[in-house]
Amino acid sequence: MTDPSGVGLWGVPLAILGGAIRVSTPFIFVSLGETITERSGRINLGLEGTLVFGAMIGYATAVVTGSPWLGLCAAALAGICFGLFHGWICKFPKVNDIAIGIALMQFGTGLAFFFGKPFIQPVAPHLPAIPLGFWSDIPQVKAALDVNVLFILGIVLAFVLYWAFRNTRVGLIIRVVGDSSDAARAMGLNPNTVRLFATAAGGALAAIGGAYLSLYYPGSWTERVSSGQGLMAVALVIFARWNPLGCFLAALLFGGAGALGPALQSVGVTQGYYLFYAAPYVLTLLIMIATSSRTRSLSGAPGELSITK
Amino acid sequence: MTDTTPEALGGTTLPAPAYGALIEQVARKSEAVVIPVGAIIVGLAMFSLFLVFLGKSPVDFISLMYKGGFGSSFSIQNSLTRASPLLLTALCVALPARLGLVVIGGEGAVVLGGLAAAAVGVPLLGSPYVVVIGAMAVAGMLAGGIWIGAVGALRHYRGVNETISSLLMSYIAIALMNQIVEGPLRDPSSLNKPSTYPIGKDYMIGNIPGMDVHWGLVVGIVACVVSWVLIEKTTWGFAARVSGGNVRAAQIQGLAVGPLIVGFTALAGAFAGLAGMIEVGAVQGNANASLAAGYGYTGILVAFLARHNPLAIIPVAILLGGIDASGGLLQRRMGLPDASVLVLEGILFIVILFSDTLYGRFKLFNPDLWLRNRQ
Repeated sequence: MTDPSGVGLWGVPLAILGGAIRVSTPFIFVSLGETITERSGRINLGLEGTLVFGAMIGYATAVVTGSPWLGLCAAALAGICFGLFHGWICKFPKVNDIAIGIALMQFGTGLAFFFGKPFIQPVAPHLPAIPLGFWSDIPQVKAALDVNVLFILGIVLAFVLYWAFRNTRVGLIIRVVGDSSDAARAMGLNPNTVRLFATAAGGALAAIGGAYLSLYYPGSWTERVSSGQGLMAVALVIFARWNPLGCFLAALLFGGAGALGPALQSVGVTQGYYLFYAAPYVLTLLIMIATSSRTRSLSGAPGELSITK
Repeated sequence: MTDTTPEALGGTTLPAPAYGALIEQVARKSEAVVIPVGAIIVGLAMFSLFLVFLGKSPVDFISLMYKGGFGSSFSIQNSLTRASPLLLTALCVALPARLGLVVIGGEGAVVLGGLAAAAVGVPLLGSPYVVVIGAMAVAGMLAGGIWIGAVGALRHYRGVNETISSLLMSYIAIALMNQIVEGPLRDPSSLNKPSTYPIGKDYMIGNIPGMDVHWGLVVGIVACVVSWVLIEKTTWGFAARVSGGNVRAAQIQGLAVGPLIVGFTALAGAFAGLAGMIEVGAVQGNANASLAAGYGYTGILVAFLARHNPLAIIPVAILLGGIDASGGLLQRRMGLPDASVLVLEGILFIVILFSDTLYGRFKLFNPDLWLRNRQ
């Protein structure tokens, strides 16, 4: 402890903690959004496309207006549009929500690349971070505890959703539609309308997750801004059993896995870079294998969800 | 939809004249052609509208796309070359789809197939041509088959959703390929672009005589025809279609659903692996990061456009190959970003999926509806 800045091997867990906070934020938003959508009985695999488009439009708006918050709003609006489109097109008979999701994934990504070309060069203002590590003198600790506002918003949102699904009228409506269309119709609810709004809400949150990627971490708009977060979040929701608080914890875990490679690299471990890069995907797959079951349906799964039927 | 069948209407005893039966048959069959073709036209029209909003000329777009894709013998050969991996990667989506599975991870099988082919081919250099190419093809197909077969097995025996797991596995496959190409199998002379040792000019897959298109096109077409025969004309194919329609019913009939799913997904993956092997053997000459060129993803679109019919994959893959081939021309002449092809493909994809809802709605194609009116 002679050298206060040399935290040595402690740098690895510190970097993983900091990385988990940074990397997990988009996962939190996308998975909470997907939770709302899936709780209403639909699955939107197109969130990956929404996320990439949100990253682009958020960055572009921030470049043009100079305000990252306006960028965030623009991204949310675009996400609502994508969600409404998915929700609207899936109400037609024989239209498969999973396939439409794959199509929207390609369409959203393509549209983002199409309009995003001119914004690869310019620099946009970043979303602000709160330095929660002010009490420490060690730069690594400070860096790890530089927490973005969206991360805190994400935590709050997870608790609010957890409470709302149980205790509010809207939450109950979403759940009844997701568990049984027939029961919902008997109550005088139109399942398609509820799902339309639930998918729109999911799209908005996914796009905010995308805007975080381009406006905070990694903090620039490129065509490789997403590494499949939108898709992994769908797996994460299953792992979290459609529970918003579970989503938050699972997102932290995924963020930690994603931060493993860079953290090891920072202390000089460069062997197997690509394998560490694949860690979140391997983790997702293992978790899916461990938590799925052939015979019993998943506990907590909405009854109308095509993915678990 | 029970009320549209003649039985439900009490119209079964109506004796239809022979020519009437023929018309009925033509009407039923033409629905499967008219709706997809109509959807592709609507998709092109929507993209044209998109261009109008951007102040670009849709007429230029259509004519350039025709010129770049099919206008000259050069561009036709270019389109055919681009179509050949798509034939195989589309099969990787279409075969599982007939069993009711949405597998979208063909890209991973392509990458691993190419890597396995290079890994097996390089040590064998010096052996006869047939041995090297044969071993490469077997290695590629095995790698792809195991990869996607595992997705099928996880689906059936563990209940893991195949759509998500296959995509996750393709990310893992690409990471594996990068790691191996930069590590154990790296040719030290490949500085900027880490690659395996080349298989050498003498062992490359050549062109079809008289054309500037490699043999991969023939392999792809044969694979499509074989798959069609397998699905439509064999007992296995019938069993697969039954379990694709209703797993429970298939199980009650005593069909071995598990082996069917694993077998079909493994075959699907083997085709995608073969696409990777051909990419190494006919185009790249070694395995490198260029293997992940998106053939697996475009193959998804091809399969859905072809409605998972292996024979229909052939024309659709050539059409998509043509659209891909014209991308460069669109970029140079109209100043459109290279992502315009992605946007167009996305629109086509959405429109074709939406068109699923139209089947059985048009009176023209549904003699049952005529019968109802006759009464």
